[in-house]
Amino acid sequence: MIDLESLPKTKFRGKNITLAHGAGGKAMRDLIDEVFVAGFDSPELTLLEDQARFELADLSKLGSKLAMTTDCYVVDPLFFPGGDIGKLAVTGTVNDLAVGGATPLYLTCGMIIEEGFSIDDLQRIVASMKATADSCGVRIVTGDTKVVPRGAADKLFINTAGIGVIPESSNILADRAQAGDVVIINGYVGDHGAAIVDARGELALEISTVTDCQPLNGLISEMLKVCPDIHCMRDATRGGLATVLNEFATSSDVAIQLDNNKIPVREEVRGVCEILGLDPLYLANEGKLIAIVAKEDSETLLKVMQQHPAGEDSCIIGYVEESPQGKVILETGFGGNRMIDMLIGEQLPRIC
Amino acid sequence: MKFVDEFRDTEKAKTLTKEIQKIAKRLEPNQTKPLQIMEFCGGHTHTIFRYGIEQMLPDNIEMVHGPGCPVCVLPMGRVDDCVSLAERSEVIFTTFGDAMRVPGSKKSLLQAKADGADIRMTYSPMDALNLARKNPDREVIFFGLGFETTMPSTALTVLQAEREGITNFSLFCNHITTVPTIKAVLDSPDMQLDGFLAPGHVAMVIGERPFDFITKDYHKPLVITGFEPLDILHSMWMLLKQIEAKQSVVENQYSRIVPPEGNGPALEALTKVYEVREFFEWRGLGSIDHSGVRMKKEYAAFDAEQKFDVPNLKIADPKSCQCGEVVKGVIKPWDCKIFGTKCNPENPMGALMVSSEGACAAYFNNGYEKKSA
Repeated sequence: MIDLESLPKTKFRGKNITLAHGAGGKAMRDLIDEVFVAGFDSPELTLLEDQARFELADLSKLGSKLAMTTDCYVVDPLFFPGGDIGKLAVTGTVNDLAVGGATPLYLTCGMIIEEGFSIDDLQRIVASMKATADSCGVRIVTGDTKVVPRGAADKLFINTAGIGVIPESSNILADRAQAGDVVIINGYVGDHGAAIVDARGELALEISTVTDCQPLNGLISEMLKVCPDIHCMRDATRGGLATVLNEFATSSDVAIQLDNNKIPVREEVRGVCEILGLDPLYLANEGKLIAIVAKEDSETLLKVMQQHPAGEDSCIIGYVEESPQGKVILETGFGGNRMIDMLIGEQLPRIC
Repeated sequence: MKFVDEFRDTEKAKTLTKEIQKIAKRLEPNQTKPLQIMEFCGGHTHTIFRYGIEQMLPDNIEMVHGPGCPVCVLPMGRVDDCVSLAERSEVIFTTFGDAMRVPGSKKSLLQAKADGADIRMTYSPMDALNLARKNPDREVIFFGLGFETTMPSTALTVLQAEREGITNFSLFCNHITTVPTIKAVLDSPDMQLDGFLAPGHVAMVIGERPFDFITKDYHKPLVITGFEPLDILHSMWMLLKQIEAKQSVVENQYSRIVPPEGNGPALEALTKVYEVREFFEWRGLGSIDHSGVRMKKEYAAFDAEQKFDVPNLKIADPKSCQCGEVVKGVIKPWDCKIFGTKCNPENPMGALMVSSEGACAAYFNNGYEKKSA
């Protein structure tokens, strides 16, 4: 958690959000000035217009297509090992742009805050968003704040939308996987899901799992330099690796064959899954991308990925086959196969 | 992971598979039908599908996935009772996660939660007792279900509540017993099983002796089995050796966990809190004598069934369901008229489609299709 002493002192220190902070008057203005405008520190936001404005000419220098995305963040708890809701809200939206081949540029930030929320924590979260945005090379350019009565929201919800620009050369689509392609992942699966289960503290697990929450745009920009023609790419967040691969298999009408022994899962994540009856393939990640590329591109690509800090543990976990169409199949390592389907509802722990 | 990876060693699995194939080949000339081996426990079913073990076995061995998934066999009427308890305004209803999705005649607990009932998932009955301590103005009910494996934990929680004088905690007891259920399967006229992989974690509590009647009276070989893939293959090999030698004895493959006499303190807690019911209703199997337990009169204060008004209505299984025949190995899941069509994991009609441990759900999720003759 960010040390409050390292942040600029505000007149709100030690205070809580009241309904007045969302009422549109002076209290709200003060909060916006001291916490948001000062915290995000971007030229567009400082103008305090009702909208951020961009020069089209600057955008079109970067590519031919504009990419836009939005995501809501409602994680509980707000602070967890290796991250917080603010870091998540920036990386999540940056990653959604980046996996489409876009260079992420600008984010918006909408916050729904429950009455009584600690303004110190709010300042910490804003600082975390700012630090993460800086590390991704994006700016938070406009925002909105609403305060709702106690009980009408759970502490803090954040929405971020983002825009970025896609270069002419890239054409990443879920329906472009072809037989013979290989499936690459940039590291261990399930870290975020396991860290959240642990941080909820209901289970008193003694593990050291840290979320994998990290921006992927730096890694992806290196990948696109050596392999502009990535066929499919998504980040595996909710629903995990299994869900993304099912989406690829269905959209592309191909089969995806995985090798269980090659999918990287940390010991402690496996442990959490064993105890709770969960499957790491369905656990959430916040800094993992799955790319499908032509086999001939894969070795060069893998080398470049492994040299990037966000891709040190990158590896090939499977390949694409013609049939059975729309299916993801896992070779269990025992000579048997198992079908990896989409999750139905929530992943529920088994009784025994 | 220590003590786990050793039992998932792929090389050892290959060796065991080869040995199994050798015996199976020797048995083949004398067979008129494939050998049918039942794994009783849902935990075994889970391992078998997770590691693709069924596909590694020779064609003349068939796995029959038994009724040992407590979530699957929960009758609709009991789910309705849960919903009715959970919808009381004073109640916090607590349950293991995978019971949430089991359909009742009107709704599942998941739907009841969405409709406003205070239902919480817990990992242990002790978590529910904790909730009771923290919410003295509410009534906390724990949904006790499962075989002898989960019974000691609920019994001990009740005893703990009694010791601490916690009066706002009660148990909705739906525990079921293994032995009468296996007996019911064996007594069924269309039964054609050749051997059992017996539930290791039930045996950990009740010991080896309660299984003796299967080998002595019904002459079926039986191996108490662990839950890792090598455990299953090893037990299968032990079972085939018995079949080849025309033996039927109780063997214990899971000796690293299962003491021959079971777990004394756990059994003591069970007999203190529970008594056998005359019969218990099962989804797919109907009523089975002595197959469930209820709480003794001395613990009525902790018994949700006695403390609250429970409708206790009997709801018949949907007519089209053939779960009972699947459980007894008479038909395979895909032979059921509604398998994969009217009955699927998103909208389960029958017991075996409800939990991932149920045979039908496992077949469906793994894309198993009927082998062409």
